[in-house]
Amino acid sequence: MGAERSYSPLAQAARSALAGCDKVPGSRKPDPMLVADGVRREFGGIVAVDVEHIEVQRGSITALIGPNGAGKTTLFNLLSGFDTPSTGTWSFDGRNMAKVASHKTAALGMVRTFQLTKSLTKLTVIENMRLGATGQRGEKWWNGLFSATWKKQEAEITARAETLLERFKLSHMRDEFAGALSGGQRKLLEMARALMTDPTLVMLDEPMAGVNPALKQSLNDHIRGLRDEGMTVLFVEHDMDMVHDVSDWVIVMAEGRVIAEGTPDDISKNPAVIDAYLGAHQGRSLMEEGA
Amino acid sequence: MDWSLIFENTLKGFIGINAVYFAIAALGLNVQFGYTGLLNFGQAGFMACGAYGLGMTAQYFEISMWWGIPLGIVFSVGLGLLMGIPTLRLRADYLAIVTIAAAEIIRLVVRSVRFKHYFGGSDGINNFSQSFRDLGNKVGIDEATRYGFSPFRFTGRELWTLIIGWLLVALLGFFVYKLMKSPWGRVLKAIREDEDAVRSLGKNVYSYKMQSLILGGILGTISGMIFALDRAAVQPDNYSRDVTFYILTALVLGGVARVSGSIVGPMIFWGIFTFLDNFMREVADDPIRIGNFQVMDSTDVGPLNFILIGLTLILLMVFRPQGVFGDRKEMAFDGR
Ligand SMILES: Nc1ncnc2c1ncn2[C@@H]1O[C@H](COP(=O)(O)OP(=O)(O)OP(=O)(O)O)[C@@H](O)[C@H]1O
Ligand SMILES: [Mg+2]
Repeated sequence: MGAERSYSPLAQAARSALAGCDKVPGSRKPDPMLVADGVRREFGGIVAVDVEHIEVQRGSITALIGPNGAGKTTLFNLLSGFDTPSTGTWSFDGRNMAKVASHKTAALGMVRTFQLTKSLTKLTVIENMRLGATGQRGEKWWNGLFSATWKKQEAEITARAETLLERFKLSHMRDEFAGALSGGQRKLLEMARALMTDPTLVMLDEPMAGVNPALKQSLNDHIRGLRDEGMTVLFVEHDMDMVHDVSDWVIVMAEGRVIAEGTPDDISKNPAVIDAYLGAHQGRSLMEEGA
Repeated sequence: MDWSLIFENTLKGFIGINAVYFAIAALGLNVQFGYTGLLNFGQAGFMACGAYGLGMTAQYFEISMWWGIPLGIVFSVGLGLLMGIPTLRLRADYLAIVTIAAAEIIRLVVRSVRFKHYFGGSDGINNFSQSFRDLGNKVGIDEATRYGFSPFRFTGRELWTLIIGWLLVALLGFFVYKLMKSPWGRVLKAIREDEDAVRSLGKNVYSYKMQSLILGGILGTISGMIFALDRAAVQPDNYSRDVTFYILTALVLGGVARVSGSIVGPMIFWGIFTFLDNFMREVADDPIRIGNFQVMDSTDVGPLNFILIGLTLILLMVFRPQGVFGDRKEMAFDGR
């Protein structure tokens, strides 16, 4: 399906930049936004992540796929500072991130979502959204007391939040507690809330899990939209249709290592991936569906 | 049975100084527990900071009592840092253990013979609150005169403390209300639910938890000061564990994460407490006997009162888990 679709200029740019890259694990990119080297994390005896080298091309949508337990979430945690690797270095936008606390990454433009949705159920949808904005004056307690110092900024934040809610079809839930949302709506809310931080790199851990098929299509559009606004997207996904549909580049992990990289078309034809990814014939049929 | 006396005392319990100092301490616990989800079981320790801050101006420093206010606040900020630095990065239960232990350590240190010179040992400290009472006399509420009408009859001394106390409750309640309505309060409420989500959005969770712990602690300190000023005495055993737990009970009664809850909860708590106490004392005066078995005598009143308070709390949890002022809808999203 991909070939007939018309691509936005930014999508074309990303695809042509990546077309020249080697289709091997750890391949170099012309303009990497995120680079990791020798990142390793063990849990007891298990090596959860052992990545020699990866690069994520700026302005592209990169999918991170792999079987359950491949280490995708763990890698996300490491790169976003939520977990510490035993060895390794990684940089974001040229900046060494090894010693940067997890709460500082958002201010630098790197934001992530979680595989298990973390919507704050006792805050309303709009309050969830407002929380996402960075650099809020009213978040200092001495300003908190004097609403004059933050009312104006709050109004701007609210306006931005409402635009995003509109885009994610959550406007009608604006004043409900987030706990009243369905599982799929919570995924949407979490993604919209992450966008409130004005990121340059968005890391989404299984954004489609539990979202109904009709909505998936529009989520795809949202993700493409992020790239078309100039953001870089790295996302984890199990649904090969969606990976094929939306990504410019695919990185495949298995047992903690990167085992393949390439364009979606390459990956769905790669027999090593098919074998490693789901093993048996079951996996093969899934991959073929995607192709 | 003297119903008018019971009624008068109950009303006094409702608006009395006990309700005042409970309300301020509960407000502090509410900031920590209700809004941020921090389990501080050592509020009594913060109260002791305030009380001893005042007391030590007379006992040790020999300076004006008013210096005790900043002194107590400095103590409680120090205590908050001491409790928070090692624990706030860890799971919630670590803070609970550390706070309960720290409060006990404070109590045992201030009552020890070794430090009697500073803290007055188990006798505590007396005679430091005259400047406070003089101020009352000066504004025209004479400490020896009786004011009011039945059932509201107070000595000038009581009335003065009550006026200042309730003014403080109103002021601090407004202060907490404003803060919780602000983006700062929003971050706290978000931390209560999921620290990692808040961290991923770029907030320094550790720092916010510390701010919350210290703010709640300072409120506890102010509560301890009011209590000490009312008694004109500081006694170490007034700052034991049970005080923290009664205040928590009163807070839950009123409803957590509501400013109104932390004020009305203590009023109801002391209203019920005083009523039961007075009522049962009247009953015990004229004991009911069944054969040789006397149903109740005056020594039973105290324990039975606490049993009934506990029972009230159990019934509340069953029939109105959100407390008097809580929001049922909000409660419904617990544990999801
Ligand atoms: N906190 C932990 N303690 C112990 N082992 C862990 C921990 N987190 C992850 N692991 C292990 O590390 C490995 C990789 O887990 P991870 O969650 O990163 O996989 P994943 O690729 O995200 O899988 P899925 O697709 O199922 O989400 C697994 O074997 C898992 O058991
Ligand atoms: Mg995962």
